[in-house]
Amino acid sequence: MKKSKSEPLFHIVKRDTLVWYKAWGIRAAAIIAALIVCGIVTTVTTGLNPISVYGAFIQGAFGSGRKVWITLQNMSILLIISLALTPAFKMRFWNIGGEGQVLVGALATAACMILLGDKIPNPLLILIMTVSALAAGAVWGLIPAVFKAKWNTNETLSTLMMNYIATQLVAFFTVVWEVPKGSFTVGIINQSTNAGWLPQLFGSKYLLPIVVALVTTASMFVYLRYSKHGYEIAVVGESEKTAKYVGMKTEKIIIRTMLLSGALCGLAGLLLVGGINHTITTTINSGQGFTAVMVSWLAKFNPITMIFTSFLIIFLERGAGEVSTNFGLNQSFADILTGIILFFIIGCEFFITYKIVGKAKKAEPAGASKSIEETKTEKAEAEEKAEETAEESKAEETEEKTETAEKTE
Amino acid sequence: MKKLLSIILACLMVFSVAACSGGAGNQNSGAAAGNKVKVGFIFLHDENSTYDLNFINGAKEACDKLGVEYVLKTNIPEGQECYEAACELADAGCNIVFADSFGHEDYLIEAAKEYKNVEFCHATGTKAHTENLPNYHNAFASIYEGRYLAGVAAGMKLNEMIANGDITADEAKIGYVGAYTYAEVISGYTSFFLGARSECPTATMEVTFTGSWYDETAEKEGAIKLINNGCVLISQHADSMGAPTACENAGVPDVSYNGSTESVAPNTFIVSSRINWAPYFELIIKAVQNGEKIPTDYTGTIETGSVVLTDLGKVAPAEGTQAKMDAVKAELQAGTRKVFDTSTFTVDGATVSTYMADVDTDAAYEGDHEVISDGAFNESADGFRSAPYFDLRIDGITLLDESY
Repeated sequence: MKKSKSEPLFHIVKRDTLVWYKAWGIRAAAIIAALIVCGIVTTVTTGLNPISVYGAFIQGAFGSGRKVWITLQNMSILLIISLALTPAFKMRFWNIGGEGQVLVGALATAACMILLGDKIPNPLLILIMTVSALAAGAVWGLIPAVFKAKWNTNETLSTLMMNYIATQLVAFFTVVWEVPKGSFTVGIINQSTNAGWLPQLFGSKYLLPIVVALVTTASMFVYLRYSKHGYEIAVVGESEKTAKYVGMKTEKIIIRTMLLSGALCGLAGLLLVGGINHTITTTINSGQGFTAVMVSWLAKFNPITMIFTSFLIIFLERGAGEVSTNFGLNQSFADILTGIILFFIIGCEFFITYKIVGKAKKAEPAGASKSIEETKTEKAEAEEKAEETAEESKAEETEEKTETAEKTE
Repeated sequence: MKKLLSIILACLMVFSVAACSGGAGNQNSGAAAGNKVKVGFIFLHDENSTYDLNFINGAKEACDKLGVEYVLKTNIPEGQECYEAACELADAGCNIVFADSFGHEDYLIEAAKEYKNVEFCHATGTKAHTENLPNYHNAFASIYEGRYLAGVAAGMKLNEMIANGDITADEAKIGYVGAYTYAEVISGYTSFFLGARSECPTATMEVTFTGSWYDETAEKEGAIKLINNGCVLISQHADSMGAPTACENAGVPDVSYNGSTESVAPNTFIVSSRINWAPYFELIIKAVQNGEKIPTDYTGTIETGSVVLTDLGKVAPAEGTQAKMDAVKAELQAGTRKVFDTSTFTVDGATVSTYMADVDTDAAYEGDHEVISDGAFNESADGFRSAPYFDLRIDGITLLDESY
């Protein structure tokens, strides 16, 4: 066949590390492209001026002092959950059970507030709430971790299934605590006494989660980058066999890291119930355990970058709500816009890691008459090649890591 | 991190330039913006839920008629988001903030404590009469009368089926898809059943609960389960098209709620009762315009136009249904017939002569008000509260599950 002689239209080649301004240039271009596509979609489907729709996005997140505070508060909770998942992800332990770990933390908090409210002094109550929320989250993280460490079960499935157990537990207790009977609503807990409500910082009801999130971010950054634990997590993540070879107790590391991951999720649950909502519902976390997966990945597991990625997600979410309110559109329309923007942002990472090399100009004109089918097969081949290269380079990276690990030992 | 920051800033600038040049074209305004009243509405879901759609239509109708500005916020969960939405509306200059879902109540009360100059009105809530907040109000309607009338239509359909020989008199079993074992639902299915039994004395009913106000799959499955159990007519108190769709597929006649479902069930739809909220919205807007007090508990009735029935379906209803419903409606309005007449039902085989209902909402589910007088259960009556509190389990109705 003549295929073997002709060159494909383009290849996909893995890039060397891109200089930072080029990488960010690609990202900026992606955002601009996303805005243009959103604009076209908006005008075609609704006939609205896309610029005023973008304006509403800003309005939704920053339109008033209260809106700024709410944006920051929501961002903080999402950030804490993302940070909680990060050490597990770095270890290549796919903890998608954030939702459940947050919910059990929330449930433990609510249980303390309902059962112990007004019976013991408030500082003691808050202490008990904190301990039980962290412990509950930790246990929810521990169970899949033990199974993974001892019997190598698939943690993606087990953490996911733990979510459903948590949701049903919350549903069960909602029925136990509902007021009035049959309403499936717990209502605000201790509305008149405020027992167990987390304290307001400097008179602001929004500040506490923000401060907690900042402290957690800084601690997580230091923990992952400078502590021995953080280093061990990275090695286990790169290669569990390597970790074992250099004498690390991987079971212990997996369990320890998941305890931390779960406890931090529990902390988010504590803030949601004790600090913000003062109630418990099955949807109190509104899927943020899953959104946090995206936040963490988008930030490439860097806690500081996560501030920006969580901001991006919350900004889009708040903006989307405002768009549907201001223009009388269905919420789904704003979600479509958010989806388009996220698609471009996630998609552009491909162009940062890989580049597309066009066919050399000298190629014979015969190539132009090539059938589409052939091009397709060739493209697939090229992609395969690219994948191979990617794998190779990954293997190299692991080797490097191993070397360093040996050195340190 | 400087680079990151600069990029984010750059993006923000792109956005904000867009914002400036665009100028936010927000808020819907009514025909004439002469009055200074602005109303903010908070809805649990959006127009895809029949429950919320019913409120949204009422809101638009009332505001357009009176020419006041309004803002609609949809998909607001029953949590702190409701408080924040209420505060945002108050910040945006609304004089009235309204929320439509039961679970919004506590959060609306929190906002009412903070914004004393804004009127907060809440549908289906139970706490206004005990909270003692001058700017917090509850509203509901005597929808049990509408349900009763819909029940009359259902009873006539059962009679027609018996007369045609489709079923025997003993097989006249109704199925009902409810959300929770909450008083509002109990009051609803009991009044519907009493209406049906006033026409078809052998009628019985089975009720199943979905554990959600809006769960299309669960409602559909619930209806199918009831049909397989031998129910020959279905009604519902949950907000999706699940039950009507199941009925249409199975060819079982259906009485729906919150508005006509004829579009999805043209062959099986009989009638639907609903609360028309426009009269209440007009009342509160006018009250604020004229500086009058809004009632703490408002119960809309057939007279106020709050309790309405849709047009009958074109295919399913029995002959003479409209005339019979009109006659019964006249009796209800004249007071010669009462929905919860204690001589028409029994509990555990005995007539009920006294009952302490749980009217005040607290953690103890104890009765606190005597609600039976003059041979009838006084539902949503003056001096109690607007939201239903009828929770007697009367004979003839079987609950298939009670987990919710």
